[in-house]
Amino acid sequence: MGSAISTALRWLRKHAIIIIGLLIIAYIMLPNIVVIIFSFNQPVGRRNGIWHEFSFNAWTHICAPAGMCDAVGLSLGIGVVAALVATVIGTMAAFALVRYRFRGRGTTNLLVFFPMATPEVVMGSSLLTLFIAVGVRSGIATILIAHILFTLSFVVTTVKARVASMDPALEQAAADLYATPSQAFWRVTFPLAAPGIAAGALLAFALSFDDYIVTSFNAGPSTITFPMYIWGAAQKGVPVQVNVIGTIMFLGAIAIVAIAQGIGSRKSKVEA
Amino acid sequence: MAFALPGARPRKSAKRRRGLFVPAILLLPALIWLVFFFVVPTIALASQSLQTGSIYQGFQFTWAFSNYTEALSTYWSQMVRSFIYAASATVFTLAIGFPLAWFIAHRSGRFKNIVLVLVVAPFFTNFLIRTLAWQTILVDGGFVANVMKATGITGFLNWIGLVPNDSLLGSPFAVICGLIYNFLPFMVLPLYTSVERIDQRYLDAAADLYSNGWNTFWKVIWPLSLPGVVAGTLLTFIPAVGDYINAKILGNANTTMVGKVIESEFLVNLNYPIAAALSFVLMIIIIVMVSAYVRAAGTEELV
Amino acid sequence: MQRIATGELRLVELSRHYGDFVAVDGIDLDVPAGSFFALLGPSGCGKTTTLRMVAGLEEPSAGRIMLGADDITNTRAHQRRVNTVFQSYALFPHLSIIDNVGFGLRRLKVADWKSKAMEALAMVKLADRANQRPRQLSGGMQQRVALARAIVNRPEILLLDEPLGALDLKLRREMQIELKRIQSEVGITFIHVTHDQEEAMTMADTVAVMRDGHIEQLGAPAELYDRPATAFVANFLGKSNLIPIELIEPGVAVITAVTPGVKIPVAPQTIPATISEGLHLGIRPEKVHLASGGVQDDRPQLVGQVSDVSFTGVSTDYLVRLEWGQEFTLTQPNDGTSRARLGERVTLTWDPKQAFVVGAD
Repeated sequence: MGSAISTALRWLRKHAIIIIGLLIIAYIMLPNIVVIIFSFNQPVGRRNGIWHEFSFNAWTHICAPAGMCDAVGLSLGIGVVAALVATVIGTMAAFALVRYRFRGRGTTNLLVFFPMATPEVVMGSSLLTLFIAVGVRSGIATILIAHILFTLSFVVTTVKARVASMDPALEQAAADLYATPSQAFWRVTFPLAAPGIAAGALLAFALSFDDYIVTSFNAGPSTITFPMYIWGAAQKGVPVQVNVIGTIMFLGAIAIVAIAQGIGSRKSKVEA
Repeated sequence: MAFALPGARPRKSAKRRRGLFVPAILLLPALIWLVFFFVVPTIALASQSLQTGSIYQGFQFTWAFSNYTEALSTYWSQMVRSFIYAASATVFTLAIGFPLAWFIAHRSGRFKNIVLVLVVAPFFTNFLIRTLAWQTILVDGGFVANVMKATGITGFLNWIGLVPNDSLLGSPFAVICGLIYNFLPFMVLPLYTSVERIDQRYLDAAADLYSNGWNTFWKVIWPLSLPGVVAGTLLTFIPAVGDYINAKILGNANTTMVGKVIESEFLVNLNYPIAAALSFVLMIIIIVMVSAYVRAAGTEELV
Repeated sequence: MQRIATGELRLVELSRHYGDFVAVDGIDLDVPAGSFFALLGPSGCGKTTTLRMVAGLEEPSAGRIMLGADDITNTRAHQRRVNTVFQSYALFPHLSIIDNVGFGLRRLKVADWKSKAMEALAMVKLADRANQRPRQLSGGMQQRVALARAIVNRPEILLLDEPLGALDLKLRREMQIELKRIQSEVGITFIHVTHDQEEAMTMADTVAVMRDGHIEQLGAPAELYDRPATAFVANFLGKSNLIPIELIEPGVAVITAVTPGVKIPVAPQTIPATISEGLHLGIRPEKVHLASGGVQDDRPQLVGQVSDVSFTGVSTDYLVRLEWGQEFTLTQPNDGTSRARLGERVTLTWDPKQAFVVGAD
């Protein structure tokens, strides 16, 4: 009896971290599961908070709520453009910061860090102050400026970490093997940095697509992003279709990574 | 051509020039962006905070430090509340994030990538949608609320003042839970990066040198994870201080955070100087706290 | 620019400074075509910096690098017909083995790069691994891929930067033999940087011993070993017993470590003409014998007490404490002669022609 308890305790101790880890994963997943389940709800009235009846209605009529699909389109567009710009200029900066020693490097690193250390509400309000001061009308351009700004630092940090972990001997080997500087970059450096750059770009897109606070300060009356649409709708009840979009984004993200994984593992299997 | 050039001097000067030229070109776009859309707006904000006037008559720069005293005397409680909520959320996020990061890095085996994706994927479901889902989860009479009431947790939370009136929604508890939930990925990812580098043999070595689990954690694991801890806590605490979405969706009028005040003063009351003063104070406090924190943790190279 | 491959390297007053630190201090060096040349020295002696300057990965502060008749000092790494086997191998992790090996050939626009690369892989016995990734190979295999990747380009000079450092002893011995075989097969000039004196002596025809940025001595391995020019070389290449001496008349020296000094005979041909101060007599452990019975008059003779005995199988190593406290090492081959015991008083002797004389270090 006593030994059974001690065996159980030992098992528990050995697997504690796994049990705790799985519980936390469950906690992380819980709201997403709620979002998915409620995307099949047919609520009574406007509020999609209490389960009423199973229905594919929202899935078959995704764009039914006025303006929602426009808002999703706008957010996707802004996310793609912001991620693209931030990734290009952020990657360039990351290479400069890792690969070169120059005066002002420390200051530049600090300047890159500051936007991450600034609450969104401060960043949003200071940008708005500037736009008002110089008389710029809020719109897509101001949203893009803001999104590129706050995603830029994340891209620089992500790519920097990747580039710093790359063995400088690899590029030297490329030069030693008759690669010109541009060949060495495109055939060795860039492919090696690519996972970091891709991660930075994905993160930038996610942050941009997700952002409400900074956007709310810099959006014009006709530029309603998806988060702004939800915020507006939240007051009177969020349509079920919002859950559908949330579900699609969530499953889409998992699918993209799963496909990337699949390609990776198939490749190594063929090689093995 | 062979003996024309004595030594290698000409090429050296050329390289030195190239050595400055290339990083300058690479950095230029990012620097322009950061200077024009971060430094300049911050100066504009500082300037705005010292102006008087109104949106209709225009604003004049008058060194109006009274904006600061007015802003702080009106909204000090929201300011203090923001820091308290953000700090408690950060502590709990760390407490949850650390075992999770360790689990992913060392105990998830071949499921590592899948688990990592599960941590990051909620990012793609919108922040607002997820927070609204918590509304559904914590709703009065719901499963969670009933279990918590039955086990006496609600009573305990009521007793320490986190759930003032038996309803989970609209309480500081719900707001802090929302903050913990929403910023968890920002904590877990840097932690994971640090923790993953810890060689498991260090633990064997510590055990071999008579260290128990507790000592091994504080003397070996924790110091080695410190860069991740610092990065994670900063990436959680800073946005949490300024956040107002959780306070709005999961809280009530008594849980308003300073971000909401700034937003209303700016976008609803159009009282730019007061809003700017509040923003600026928030920024200064955070910079002072972060510098002290980073210095104390001894991870300055992090930046 | 087409040039005739010669494989002959000449360094002229080549220097590299980092601020105040002088890594390479104006070295002059001729490496004949087709030779297996070793740069030997302790870490920080400037050997790797020298190698990297030849590869074009490091820029000289002064001096010239000549390949045959051409000055290549101002050309860049990718323009030099010189290839390197890196210490860390530096195999491209994102490319397959065949693509790694073919990398240089494709940059050189060699049409049949694939068949050439396969040949090179066959030479290092890894043809069956062509489609794998570097991380799927063991350390020794990766090392061979790095070698194939460099050699396949038929460079005029192949540089090897401590390429065997990461391998275990057995594998290292195998690779030493392998490298020598390949070098004699392809006939390319090899310049091998190492801190392992045994490795340098086993493989190279010529060894340059480097110290503090300059070349201390250059020569064939046997010459360096038997006739080291300085105490540093004597100690870096194997073990030596060094005794401070003073010459008192032709063929006779006196040991200055004790008073009154002990006289010992010295072979005149071993005495360097240029040094007269702070002379040391050097003698290798395996050239010292335990004297049984009488010692010839023209042989040196030192008395001491055995302070340590270790039997290694092939031989027995002794430490013998001399009367002035110096400990002499000697190696007695396991050839049936009787072994001395710990604490025993013994007489040591050697052939004066097998000794050498160097200046103070």
